[in-house]
Amino acid sequence: MITIARLTIGEAARRRVLWVLVILALIAVGITGWGVDRLVTIARASGTREVTIQLGVSQILIFIAFQFSFVLAMTAAFLASPAIAGDLESGIALALLARPLRRGSYLMGRWLGLAIVLVAYGAGQALLAIVVVGQVSGYSPPSVLLPIVYLSAEGLIVLTLSLLLSTRLPPIGAGAIAVVAFGLSWMSGAIERVGIAIAASNPGVNLEIVGQVGRALLPTDGLWRGVIYGLEPGIVIAAASTNPLAEANPFFASSPPTLAFLAWAVAWVVIVILIAAFSLRRREL
Amino acid sequence: MTTAARPVIDVVDLRKRYGRVEALAGLTMTVGPGEVFGFLGPNGAGKTTTVKLLLGLARPSGGRGTLLGAPLGDREARRRVGYLPELFRFQPWLRGREVLALHADLIGLPSVGRAKTFDDTLELVGLADRAGTAVGGFSKGMQQRLGLGVALLGDPALVILDEPTSALDPIGRMDVRGILRTAKDRGAAIFLNSHLLSEVEQVCDRIAIVDHGVVVAEGSLASVLGVQETRVRCEAFAPSDLAALAPFGPARVDGLDLVFNDLPTERVPDLVVALVGLGVRIQSISSGRESLEQRFLELVDHRAEPAA
Repeated sequence: MITIARLTIGEAARRRVLWVLVILALIAVGITGWGVDRLVTIARASGTREVTIQLGVSQILIFIAFQFSFVLAMTAAFLASPAIAGDLESGIALALLARPLRRGSYLMGRWLGLAIVLVAYGAGQALLAIVVVGQVSGYSPPSVLLPIVYLSAEGLIVLTLSLLLSTRLPPIGAGAIAVVAFGLSWMSGAIERVGIAIAASNPGVNLEIVGQVGRALLPTDGLWRGVIYGLEPGIVIAAASTNPLAEANPFFASSPPTLAFLAWAVAWVVIVILIAAFSLRRREL
Repeated sequence: MTTAARPVIDVVDLRKRYGRVEALAGLTMTVGPGEVFGFLGPNGAGKTTTVKLLLGLARPSGGRGTLLGAPLGDREARRRVGYLPELFRFQPWLRGREVLALHADLIGLPSVGRAKTFDDTLELVGLADRAGTAVGGFSKGMQQRLGLGVALLGDPALVILDEPTSALDPIGRMDVRGILRTAKDRGAAIFLNSHLLSEVEQVCDRIAIVDHGVVVAEGSLASVLGVQETRVRCEAFAPSDLAALAPFGPARVDGLDLVFNDLPTERVPDLVVALVGLGVRIQSISSGRESLEQRFLELVDHRAEPAA
């Protein structure tokens, strides 16, 4: 497993994927820092109150995180979908799996190597963005660690799903399905939020089940709520506590993910890896 | 059977179905230790399927077998098997030496002496000057040579080669024959899956010919090729003269030829004397076995190839 994980990380570095990600991260953080700096400078020059500026920056940070979560999901799918399918299609897997290497170890090695690359990229860029935004605006979210952990976990979920699909589907198919599933999970959460707004005037409407099913099938949206919760200032949560419609905003979270949900997210990863290992073991080469 | 004499490959009634297609229809064969075994057959006969079943890359639909004494697919047995797939592909971003290092890790080759092992292996397959070149920059022939090096890494007890010279020029093919003899001298058994009959004829101790998923002939080259014929083209031969030629073994008339089976070469001059004594005029004498190609074409059914 360690040999394959090392091989996977080496592949990312040697094929310049890692360096492209680093350069993209630096460009993205640079543009973010520059944009936030301009906004804050203009707002302060126009006499906007500091608390308003801080609130505004927190919302911008959440929006940037939202976009980055999609970028991270696509990166995960792009990295993982060819990892196994590519080896199987090209014949590289024949020479590897004829060795005394368990298919489960090969799969876990691939997962571990890709997870290290993805988390290094996701957590690195997220941390850098939070630090840079903090430097130029003075706003630091209440927790730096939790949003980064939740964001990375979102990426790992997509990575794991892509790897499962990669045991049976060609790379493009596996990647496309994983990205669409990620989008649908977010959509199910958004529909649940819309349901809250509708329920305010029509109590008979309850779309909570849509969000629950979506989070159960793919826990990315639930983790995304954790990212939001970690990035928003306490004052927003306090103000929203008196507004029943606040939860209808897809960019607001009144509470972090529950422990039960986090346990499910971990279990989901373990179960999907086990299914992937079973799928690969049954695969005829 | 003692451990020393235990076959490296022993399969009985091995079967494999892919949907409706029967790729192997009850294949039985045995390969002994240190033997160079040629596995011949036309395209689609089930050669590569057999190799995949031996290595646990695919599961048999029926039958049983052992590889180095362990059930097919056994993980530890694979530690002592080198394999060059027909579809030889290696990570294009790895350098030649790094491919060997990867496979050394996978088979658990001791780290002491690895550098020399890699040097020797690359030298053996003619890639000593390409150790630091990325595989993506290798020609097909060089990749196949590297694959051969990978298969021979760690002195395996059994080397399975699936069409090992398909990408090589005549010089490369000659090199491979030398490499196979070296591996045999080290005590390795070699399972050579090929449809290049001349290659098999030159290096193999025993062969099996497979067609439509079953072995249609197996044994030493001589036994598969059958009897050695001595043909005498002659004039003025009367069938009644056959009785006088009885000391030279059973003979038959085939057109203008008088044909003797398994006549020792040293007895041919005596035969000439006897025929001349009978007043027979000899035009030519030829002696030899059927070529492997002739025998192969006789044995192999030319019906439509299976889809798999």
